Amino acid sequence: MDKQVATLAEAVAGIPDGASVMIGGFGGSGAPIELIHALIDSGARDLTVVNNNAGNGHVGLAALIEQKRVKKLICSFPRSADPRVFTEMYLAGEIELELVPQGTLAERIRAGGAGIPAFYTPTSYGTELAAGKPTAEFDGKPYVQERWLKADYALIKAELGDAMGNLSYRMAARNFNPLMATAATHTIAQVSRVVPLGGIDPEQVVTPGIFVNSVVAVAEPAQEEALNRAEAVYP
Amino acid sequence: MSKMTMEQLAEIKLSNAQIAWRAAQDIEDGAYVNLGIGFPEMVAKFQPEGREAIFHTENGVLGFGEAPAAGEEDWDLINAGKKAITLKPGSAFFHHADSFAMVRGGHLDVAILGAYQVAENGDLANWSTGRGGVPAVGGAMDLVHGAKRVAVLTDHVTKKGDPKLVASCTMPLTGVGCVTRIYTSLAVVDVEAGRFVLREKLPVITMENLQALTGAELTTNGPVGDLIAPDL
Repeated sequence: MDKQVATLAEAVAGIPDGASVMIGGFGGSGAPIELIHALIDSGARDLTVVNNNAGNGHVGLAALIEQKRVKKLICSFPRSADPRVFTEMYLAGEIELELVPQGTLAERIRAGGAGIPAFYTPTSYGTELAAGKPTAEFDGKPYVQERWLKADYALIKAELGDAMGNLSYRMAARNFNPLMATAATHTIAQVSRVVPLGGIDPEQVVTPGIFVNSVVAVAEPAQEEALNRAEAVYP
Repeated sequence: MSKMTMEQLAEIKLSNAQIAWRAAQDIEDGAYVNLGIGFPEMVAKFQPEGREAIFHTENGVLGFGEAPAAGEEDWDLINAGKKAITLKPGSAFFHHADSFAMVRGGHLDVAILGAYQVAENGDLANWSTGRGGVPAVGGAMDLVHGAKRVAVLTDHVTKKGDPKLVASCTMPLTGVGCVTRIYTSLAVVDVEAGRFVLREKLPVITMENLQALTGAELTTNGPVGDLIAPDL
C-alpha cells in the first residue's frame, strides 16, 4: 500500500465542481496553503467549504474565495486581520454563509466521522443560531439538536506522514485537521515530511491511516501569517 | 438622587487593567481557565503571587504562557486570537473536539468573557450587535456553557452611558442564564436566583448613583465590600 501522490496537482485533480471540501486549520495554523493553491489551479468551482474562518489577506482560503470558487462557507468566525475578501463578497450577496459555533462545528465534524447523525449540545440554546432546530431537556437542562457534518473531500495539513497515511501534527496546527480527516469521503493530507513505515511511533500516531486516502509531501510549507506579512497574493 | 456625568464617571471608574486585576484575584492556584479574546486576556498578567492558573485556548493548547519576543514567533503555536504564544512546562496539545469537550464537559474552572449586555437572570449578549455586517461567533456560545464559573469583564455602562447590566438583553444572546459573576468598572456583581447581587463597589460611588447606572435592581445579600484596585 502506498498512498503517496507525487504532486499537489495530482492530489486535488479529482475534486469536481460543486464538491464539499473541508479545509483544516485555525487561522493560518495548520492551514494546508499549498493544497488550497493547487485547488485554485485546478479550476474547481461552486464549492461548499468548511473551515473555522474565512481566510485572511489574499492567500490560502481567502484566495480561493477571491477567485470566486466558493459558493457556500460553513464556519464559526469569518473575521481576521484582513477579512476584506470574504466581507465584500458576503455583503454583496455573492457567497452564502452558515455560521456555526466553534465547538458545535468541531463536534458536527467529529460526529460525521464517527457515524453519529445528530447529537444534543447546550451551545446556542436560546439564541438565534438555534432557530428552527429541535430542542430537548435532559436532566432538567435544555439542549439543541445538531446534525453531523460530512464532506466529499478534506484538505488537511500534518507534520509527519507515511505511505499508509498515518499522520502526526505539529503544536496547535492540529486543531480541526484530525477531525476533518475522519469526516470526508476522500482525505488528502499535505505533510512536511514523509517518513518510512514505523517512522512515526504507533504510540504517537494522531490520525491512523484508515482515515487518509492521499499523502503529498510539501517540505517547508508556507505559513499564512508569513505570506500576509510579505503582502503575498495568490495566484 | 444626583445623576453622575460621564466626565465624573471617567474620573472614578476602574481601567480595563484594574478590572482584569480584580478578576484575577478570584482565580485559585491550579485553576483551568479560558480567557476570551481581547480585554479578558489581560487577566493572565495579574495572577497573584504564588498562584498559577493553567490557561486553555480553544484551538488546542493547555498550559500556554506569554507572547514570544518579536521575531521569535512560531505560527503553528497561536491562541484563539491568532496571536503567537509560548509553552510552559506541562503543556499539552489536542484537537478541536477534545478542546470543546474540556469546555462543555465541565472541566474548566473559569471562563472569562467580555459583554455588550448582561441580564439579571444571567443571560449574556456578547457576539453580535444585531446591526448587520458579517456575523461571527467563534467559541463564545460554547464557552458560556460548562465552565464552573462564567465571569464577565465590562465597563459598567456603554460609551453613551447606557447600562450594560440590564433587566433583559436587547441584543442577540450568546447564552441563556449562564453568567455567574460580573466585574465592572464600578462594582463586582453576582447573578443569583435571577437577581443582581452587589458584592463590592467603588468606595467613592453611592449606592444611589450605582443603582442609577444599572438597568435592573441591585440587591444585597450580606455586606458590600470596597472595590479597591492598585494603580496599574
